[in-house]
Amino acid sequence: MSAPTQPEPVELRPAAPPSSSPLQRWLRAGLGANNLYILLVLIALMAFFSLISPNHAFFGTSNFLNIVWDSAETLLLAIGETFVIITAGIDLSVGTVLMVSGVSAAWVMAQTAGTPAQVTSGHFPHAGQAIILGIIAGLGVGLLAGAINGILITRLRLPAFIVTLGVFSVANGLGDLISSSGAAGQNAIPPVPDRFANSFGSGNLILGLPTLVFVSALAAIIAHIVLTRTIFGRRTFAVGSNLEGSRLSGVPVNMHVFLVYVLCGFMSGLAGIFDLARYQTVDIAGHSLDNLNAIAAVVIGGTSLFGGTGSIVGTVIGAFIPTVLRYGFTIQGVSSFWQDVVVGLIIIVAVFIDQVRRQRTT
Amino acid sequence: MAEVSPILEARGITRSFGRVTALRGADFAARPGEVSAIVGDNGAGKSTLIKIFSGALQPDGGTLLIDGKPTLFNSPQDARRHGIETVYQDLALASALDVSANLFLGREVRSSGLAGKLGFLNDRAMRKQAQQEMADLQIGLSSVRQPVFTLSGGQRQAIAVARATAWGKRVVIMDEPTAALGVRETQMVLRLIKRVRDAGTAVVIISHSMPEVFEVADRITILRLGRTVRQMRRDETTMTEVVAFMTGAAVEKLAEIE
Repeated sequence: MSAPTQPEPVELRPAAPPSSSPLQRWLRAGLGANNLYILLVLIALMAFFSLISPNHAFFGTSNFLNIVWDSAETLLLAIGETFVIITAGIDLSVGTVLMVSGVSAAWVMAQTAGTPAQVTSGHFPHAGQAIILGIIAGLGVGLLAGAINGILITRLRLPAFIVTLGVFSVANGLGDLISSSGAAGQNAIPPVPDRFANSFGSGNLILGLPTLVFVSALAAIIAHIVLTRTIFGRRTFAVGSNLEGSRLSGVPVNMHVFLVYVLCGFMSGLAGIFDLARYQTVDIAGHSLDNLNAIAAVVIGGTSLFGGTGSIVGTVIGAFIPTVLRYGFTIQGVSSFWQDVVVGLIIIVAVFIDQVRRQRTT
Repeated sequence: MAEVSPILEARGITRSFGRVTALRGADFAARPGEVSAIVGDNGAGKSTLIKIFSGALQPDGGTLLIDGKPTLFNSPQDARRHGIETVYQDLALASALDVSANLFLGREVRSSGLAGKLGFLNDRAMRKQAQQEMADLQIGLSSVRQPVFTLSGGQRQAIAVARATAWGKRVVIMDEPTAALGVRETQMVLRLIKRVRDAGTAVVIISHSMPEVFEVADRITILRLGRTVRQMRRDETTMTEVVAFMTGAAVEKLAEIE
């Protein structure tokens, strides 16, 4: 046993003094260094597609409108996903939950707007109440899916990956079943009241932008404030950083994780409502990769899949990247399937970068 | 020297896990302004005993007394309500959060008024209080806004101790507080323990290091095979004697005395 050494005073200093120039500090304070790089990448991508596209078609109002519109839908999913991933979880079910929420909303609207004959011929005598009930149904299905995810993960202690993959499949199947059982016939989504499409879809452009863009922007602002300024946000980071430690510190960990999945489900339901309003139908098969777009938005935006760090600002920027790629490819005449290929690769690269950064800091 | 009555006392605590009996009659007492060390070989039941004190485990039998009154802790929250805080071996810090956020984790300070009701944080108040806590314990940090992952092992230990003392005004329990530390950082944490004691808190530590126990402890409780074999004042014993009781070499002698 070595004798206790001379008790010289020990001055505690930061283990690694943060070296930062005034510019770096300014970036960190404002946007965050990572977010700035991602924003530059986004701008570069858009400039690139604008320059190479025939007649610079990429750089056109209608193209930008579509990009913003699609990105706003991805953003709704990605906001919920950001909270989930910060807790070191994952929600793979967002896309099919979006779909089943939209299908449920359409089904409820068809049931309550008038007689089956009226609805099939495009008459909606009770459109007002039908729209309200349909929205409630869509949001309710989203909340329910989130609650199921949350309960299975916190109570049965199953891995989030498996639970949400299961719910992904369940939601997918239910969407198919509901749409094929409807009064409107085989494999068809019943028509929705025009008033619904006009209010929440393409009929209602404010400053040239659809309602969804404002709803997504508002959701992002609220989410940013919640994440950075409230107890809920603080505990979201804490749970993702050290689950057991948070529990021992008195954080109601199970309740918190449950609520985060409920929030994510709600955002999927909300996105489902706006998707239905935009297209006046739901593409049953078309949302199976929405989860990857949402996850890509989140990880590109600098949120760590290992939990504990992340930001909504990053997610907002990240949400544009999958969409810009898709429209860029489409305009170039490249198959839009390449977008899936590229998004997959981007996720892998982003997570690799995150892992390297993490090894440096811990 | 008049005996101060214990804040926390255990009498004849028993606890089994299935067929394994971890405690078969543990006695212990912690008094304000004193450091009480629990020593014992591996498997003596030290960790089980402090988990019972911190509310993480419940005893099968025996009595736990707070201020002389029999008490039952069903959860760590119950223990906390009695002013008992625990520094766990893995520290239970959220390394992505800053020092101030960690000190207030699970007990965040809300803004006043409506914003507070909506769950808004009062980070300014928390940072100010965190700075005060750091100053009181003479923990030198460049800023309480530093994320914990930027800190050294000793600094993290200091933050965990500071969090415990900030809330545990009566009893602070530390499980192997210096196990993962180098010599200089160990000295720093031992000084911190003395400062907490001098502020009138009852400190309970588990340690494997005899020199360390003899440096900070006022009283030593020796556990062997789940039973308390001896409780004594540090100045009435020697390292050799303590080790003898720990390993069982002195058990026969003890039996003769009894």
